Order: sequence, then structure tokens, then C-alpha cells
Amino acid sequence: MRFLARRILHSIFLLLGISLLSFTFLQLAPGNFFDDMRLNPQISSDTLARLQKQYGLSRPFAGRYLSWVESGAKGDWGISFAYNVPVAPLIWSRARNTVLLSASAMLLSWMIALPIGILSAGTRYRWFDHAISATTSFLLVIPDLLLALGFLWLALRTHWFPAGGMESVKLSSADAGSFKDIALHLIAPLSVLVIGSLPVLFLHIRAAIIEAQQEPYIRSAQSHGISSMRILFRHALPSAAAPLTSLFGFSLASLLSASLLVEVVMNWPGLGPLLLEAILARDVYVVIGSVMFSALFLIGGMLVADFLLFAIDPRIRTQGLA
Amino acid sequence: MKISRKAMLLAIALLGLHLIVLFAGFLAPYDTARQNRELPFAPPSHIHFVDAQGKVHFRPFVCMMVDRPDAFGEYLEDCHRSFPVYFLVRGAPYELFGFLKTDLHLFGVDAPAGIFLMGTDAYGRDVFSRFLYGGQLSLFTGLVATVLSLALGMLLGVLAGYYGGWCDAAVMRGAELFLALPWLYFLIAVRAFLPLSLGAKDAFLLLIALIGLVGWARPARLIRGVVLGSRERHYVLAARLFGGSDLYLMRRHILPDIYNILLTQAALLIPQYVLAEVTLSFLGLGVGEPTPSWGSMLSTLQQYSVLVSYWWMFLPGLVLVPVFCGYVLLASELQPGRRAAVA
Repeated sequence: MRFLARRILHSIFLLLGISLLSFTFLQLAPGNFFDDMRLNPQISSDTLARLQKQYGLSRPFAGRYLSWVESGAKGDWGISFAYNVPVAPLIWSRARNTVLLSASAMLLSWMIALPIGILSAGTRYRWFDHAISATTSFLLVIPDLLLALGFLWLALRTHWFPAGGMESVKLSSADAGSFKDIALHLIAPLSVLVIGSLPVLFLHIRAAIIEAQQEPYIRSAQSHGISSMRILFRHALPSAAAPLTSLFGFSLASLLSASLLVEVVMNWPGLGPLLLEAILARDVYVVIGSVMFSALFLIGGMLVADFLLFAIDPRIRTQGLA
Repeated sequence: MKISRKAMLLAIALLGLHLIVLFAGFLAPYDTARQNRELPFAPPSHIHFVDAQGKVHFRPFVCMMVDRPDAFGEYLEDCHRSFPVYFLVRGAPYELFGFLKTDLHLFGVDAPAGIFLMGTDAYGRDVFSRFLYGGQLSLFTGLVATVLSLALGMLLGVLAGYYGGWCDAAVMRGAELFLALPWLYFLIAVRAFLPLSLGAKDAFLLLIALIGLVGWARPARLIRGVVLGSRERHYVLAARLFGGSDLYLMRRHILPDIYNILLTQAALLIPQYVLAEVTLSFLGLGVGEPTPSWGSMLSTLQQYSVLVSYWWMFLPGLVLVPVFCGYVLLASELQPGRRAAVA
């Protein structure tokens, strides 16, 4: 239990650190949201000064940070200049789409990578292993951006699946927003994310299992005449599970980055387009909010990995007792 | 440290690629900003050897592109007059490597016709020329940012691993902070706090600094791990007993241990950073028009009509595949084994 408590505490400190870091960068930023209004002759400099004061832009660093933390505690996370609403609901309405996309991509790519990784390691250096390894090496060198553009091209050319967006236009189709409609729209971005993250996952899984199979106790099990299937699943897999759980967290990080790009290219209404929009408008609290949310999601994923590790690795569970 | 033959060949191939884009001015027939407003999205020029009368020419020639009379935005070749391709011709002036003023180009055709090896873009600019110049920006951003990132990572990693204590704690906590953010989010957020519209040179430097500084954490952690191990070696202890200073120990005994890691990390980071530049410019956060970069050239594909109609606009993106392939193979050659093929 001490292990888990320490991990949770650590995560909280990380989040605080990230918020401080983003605020430091924010402080260094030239210009703000109201700069464009300065060029407008209809807005007087008094109004501008009042607006800046109202939104707390002229206050010193510590004050701004503390009031942001306070509003974060209240569940607002600052205010969006462009939309004039608290940041949290704005981000949440977008973030759940990102979570939907990334979580399903995560699930799907692990569900594909795990069996073929195990199979590939089990049939090492035979034709199946060679075929899969060659395919994944090829996929590894295709950038996500190119994949996304390629899938978009395919969608527009063939009309096999919808290109871009998350729902059909309300007027043109009766079941816009239904489960089936969203699932259809999910095909293209999901495929890109899964194909993009699959090779790395596969290579790690295969390597971890092969490494576990080279341990001396595996050889002794072989010499006892235990079937290779039983060795693979009963002896090699549990010891390969520990490095794979930490891979879980890292794969989430790269998936989130890829997801941002895919969302922008495919017009998926997630955090990515919101973040980009906020940057171009200098809507700083939305930027910080998006970054904080992505960090929260990632750190949450790492915590889940830690919990899993705690559950499957007896060495960690008994740490406190020893 | 031994470098295999295959790694050497790969390195030479990659070097060749960098040389090609370095000589962009000489290899590109046109200036990157030269527009042919009457020829938007013209397909790649056909290089002919046989003319309309069936006569074979040894000197290849191109034909003039004219609008197809019955369709909008499509072109026909008008081969009544042929325009031979000449080599080493005088053309638009440029500065080779940024200082050698010249106007010599490898190839070109006479004026009313144009030779567009990769077609033209929305303003009728030659995609091939822009591709070469854009490669300069994209590839060298990756290269220089990697050097910056590794230098910073090495400095902090060696300090943390060698001195330990609070120094180690501070560096490692900092690294955790940098690694706890999905890197694209981080990159874009930091970019958010910097001026948005910049000149080409400023944008180039800014991208290098940004990409290089955001990525220091992973190499720093790796290097720290190795330094922690090599610090405890007996020969290091012996050298210390003989009165070797910290600086001497680092230079003579610690650094040689991490060269291999630096090399492998470089092979892994460069393609990643090239992609970072391409991504940022694609999203409109890198260099802007009219300066070409592979990312900003790809960003026209955000319009669906361009995406489905003009396949040659994909070419700057497709070239990333062999570049990545080269670097990934190089990385796995430099460090065979588990971590190699994986970013």
C-alpha cells in the first residue's frame, strides 16, 4: 500500500510542477488576447485597461498563479477569453472525444499487439515471425501525419467510411450522433492511431517475451519436459508482464501526441483542434487547461500502470513487509 | 567503438541526402517564390525523347502546358514546339550555402515553357524546387535540434550521474516533469507562448531551440544511467586515487562510455525531430509562407479538394519514409538488441 500511496503523491506533485512550468512559460509570452483589439479604433485604451484588469492580466506572477490554482480547485480552471466561459466545461466537452478516441485506440492496439507479439515470440525465427516483423518494421517508418492524410484520401476517394468529423450533419442523415454513426466516423482516426502505435508495441512485447524466455529457469523447465505452450504462458509471460506494464504508460504518451495530430487532420472535435484554435487566438488559459488535461490523462494512465504492476508483481506487493 | 559496414553505408546514404538538399539552389531549376499564376496545380512535366513526327532526340525535351479548352483547371501538352532540357544553364540568382552568389543551375528549359519535375502548387510554384529548399529547413532543423538536445542532455545527465545528491535529484525531477507531458502537446503549448508570425530565419532558429530544448529529458536519463555505472568502475576509482580531477575523469573515463549512446540516440532523435518540424509547420506553427518546408508544403493537403485531386502534393511527405527508414536502420545497426528499433 505504501507503494501506491507514494505513486499517487508523486503524481500530484508532478501535476503541480507542470502547472507551474506552464505558468512560467505563460509569463514569458509576448502579447495577450487583447492585443488585437488595440488596433481597433472603436475600443478605447481605457476599455482595454479595464478588460485586462478584469481578467487579471496585469497582476504579478504569483497572484495570477494562485488565483488560477484557486479557480482550479473550484473546478473552473480559469476563464476562456474567446468564449467568455470557464475553461473546464469547455475542455471537458472536447476532452471526452479525445478520451474516446485515444482509449479505444489504446485498447484495440494492445488487443492486436499482444496476441501477435506472443505468437511471434513463440514461433521465433519461423515464417510467421519473419512476416510479422517485416510488416511492423515497414509500418514503423511511416509517419502518423502521412498515415492520417492517406486514410483521409482513401475515405474521400472510395467513400468506404466517412472522412473527418465525428457525426454526420444533422439535416442530411437521420441517425446523426447515434452509436453507429459515431462508430463509422471512428474508423479512419482509429485506424491511423492503431497502425501508428502497433509496431512499437509489437516490438517491445516480442522483445520482452524473448528476453524472458532466455532466463535459466525457462531452460530448466524445458529440460523437465514441460510443454512449450505451458512454458510460454505459465513461466515466460508473467515475468515479461512487468516491463510491459510500464510500456503501457509510455505508449499512452505517444498515443496522445499522435491523437492530437490525427484530430486536427481528420477534424475530430477533440482537444487538438481546441488547443490549436486557442493558440492562434492567444487564449492562454485554454492552452494551459488543455496541457493540464493531457498531463492528467497521461499521469492517470501511468498510475493505472502502477496499480497493475502492484497487482501482478509480488516483489512490489511485499516491498513494505520486508 | 566499432561501426559496422552496413551502418557506414547507411550513414553515407543519409549524408548524400543532406548534401542534395544543401545544394538545393544548384539542383532546383527555379526560385521557390516564383509564381506561374496561369499554371496552378499543373501535373509533373513529361520528359520526352520522341517528338510528334516520331523522331528520336538524344537531348530530352518538354512541351508547353496549356489549359484544356473543355475543362477547368486541367492541362494539355502542346507539343508543336519542343523545349529541350539544357544542362548547367543560367537562371534565377541564388546564394549557395548562403554566401556564394551565383545563377548556375543544373538544368532548365527556355522561357515560355517550364520544367516541373514534381508539378506545381496552388500558385504555380515549382514543387521540386520548393521540395529541395524545404528539405534544407526540415532536415537541418532535425539535425541541429538533435545536437542541441543531446548536448543539453549530456551536460545534465553527466552532472546528475557523476555528482549525484541534490544535483541528481533536481535533474531527475525536472526530467520527470518534461516526460509527464505528451511531447506534441508540450511542444505546441510552448510554441503558443512565442510570437506566432516570424521571418524565415527567426522561425528556423526558434524551431531548433524549441524542439531541442523540449527533448532533453530522455537522453539525459539514459546518459545518467550509464554514468552512474561507469563512475563505480575500478579504473575510475584508481584514477581518482592518483589525483585525477573531476574534469579529467569525465573526459578520459566517463565520456567514452556514453559516445555509443549519443550516436544511437542521435539516429533515433533526428527523424523524430524532423517530424516535429514537419508537424509544427503543417499545423501552421512553424515557418510560414512563402518559405518552403516539407511541413508547410504538406499543409495544402488540409483542403480536401487538393488532397483528392493532386497526388504530387504528397511527395514531400512520402520522402519522409525513406529518410526514416535510413535512420531507423542506422539506429538498429549502431545498437543491436532490444531498445534499438524502438523509439
